[in-house]
Amino acid sequence: MIPASFDYVAPTTVEEALAALAQYGDEAKIIAGGQSLLPVLRMRLNAPEWVIDLGRIDSLKGVRDEGASILIGAMTRHCDVATDPLVAEHATLVARATATVADEQVRHRGTFGGALAHADPAGDLGAPALALDAEFVIAGPAGERVVPGSEFFQGLFETAVSEDELLVGVRIPKHTGWTAHYEKFVRVAHQWPICAVGATLKVSGGVIEGAAIGLTNMGATPLRAAGVEAALVGQQATEEVVRNAAALAADGAEPPSDLNGDADYRRHLVMVLTRRAITKALGG
Amino acid sequence: MARISMRVDGMKVTDDVEPRTLLVQYLREGLGKTGTVIGCDTSNCGACTVHLDGDSVKSCNVLAVQADGCEVTTIEGLADTVESDLHPVQEAFRECHGLQCGFCTPGMIMQSVDLLKRNPQPSEEEIREGIEGNLCRCTGYHNIVRAVQYASGHLATAANPRGATEEVDAL
Repeated sequence: MIPASFDYVAPTTVEEALAALAQYGDEAKIIAGGQSLLPVLRMRLNAPEWVIDLGRIDSLKGVRDEGASILIGAMTRHCDVATDPLVAEHATLVARATATVADEQVRHRGTFGGALAHADPAGDLGAPALALDAEFVIAGPAGERVVPGSEFFQGLFETAVSEDELLVGVRIPKHTGWTAHYEKFVRVAHQWPICAVGATLKVSGGVIEGAAIGLTNMGATPLRAAGVEAALVGQQATEEVVRNAAALAADGAEPPSDLNGDADYRRHLVMVLTRRAITKALGG
Repeated sequence: MARISMRVDGMKVTDDVEPRTLLVQYLREGLGKTGTVIGCDTSNCGACTVHLDGDSVKSCNVLAVQADGCEVTTIEGLADTVESDLHPVQEAFRECHGLQCGFCTPGMIMQSVDLLKRNPQPSEEEIREGIEGNLCRCTGYHNIVRAVQYASGHLATAANPRGATEEVDAL
């Protein structure tokens, strides 16, 4: 299987990339690491006239310390995010989730920004980004704008990034000292999760001071389990508290039904996975 | 057409390719490197794994133009060709019979080399996780895992063969 013919341009700056987007408009697709786009092109589910490759824009690669937050460049590869010391220390949940994306070969090519901009509801990075209150830095003809996670994810494979814009980075407020676990349920190795839960917690003297829980593949977009978070904060980190909080995980979610499981199955699964994620984040 | 240049198994190549050309297609059809095989063609099976600037990738999921300026190593360039020896991981797959039909073998070996580079002494679980992106339709995983363990042990005791060769040359 070979993609339909396209023309190719590989800009070396964000400005050049935006100019190419302005010129080719809706006839163009952006390729980041290509681990989701290339299968789509090969299966001819999409046949753009132009492919704009961001792989040569070095300014979009790497993780930066910004004081109260860290900025992950959109073109930072999964393998680099998963092993980055800043991410490990200040956004542990992102490090944990990224290490589970697909397989090693895919993590050597796939990028943080590419995966988020693709917005696959079964993608592993949306829920952790949402849980950590990430802000999405989007560059366009009028300059940069910053969008919160709640507005970034708009639907199935749909984000706030317009056709003439690029996701250039993701800013994550530092969650230093928060423990984290990403619990993922897959049918076979290296596939997308049927459902997954990211949990990150701030615990002091046995009391849960902060809790952020993100859900993967429980709807068209990643979700925050606000009810679970509220049931944890201020409580002692006991098994009973965790079990009762996790029972609220499916509240308000409208999970999909597909060959891997129907919606009811996912509603049950998400409670089990939430309990496991929180327990493991607590060190259990 | 787009002009690309890269080093493949130590050899500098320059060609004009269609931008839609996949790296695996270029390796096989453009350069005759048929040691790298196409298994599933959907980036699932990992049979087409090669090293791109030292990192394992599925070459059916990379465009040849994306590899412009890069260093590519295929299964054909893994062994020390001067000595015509097998690479220690190839040797281990032969020794442990880490294959049945052999179709997944090039990818399994390339991924195992990558795994051992990052983690020279992996546990059995780490080996299974490290090669999770490579499928064996014969389900011959047990001997594949044993082969990686065998290679891990031998790489730990024997020096890097390239390094050893250089040492001999220096003498």
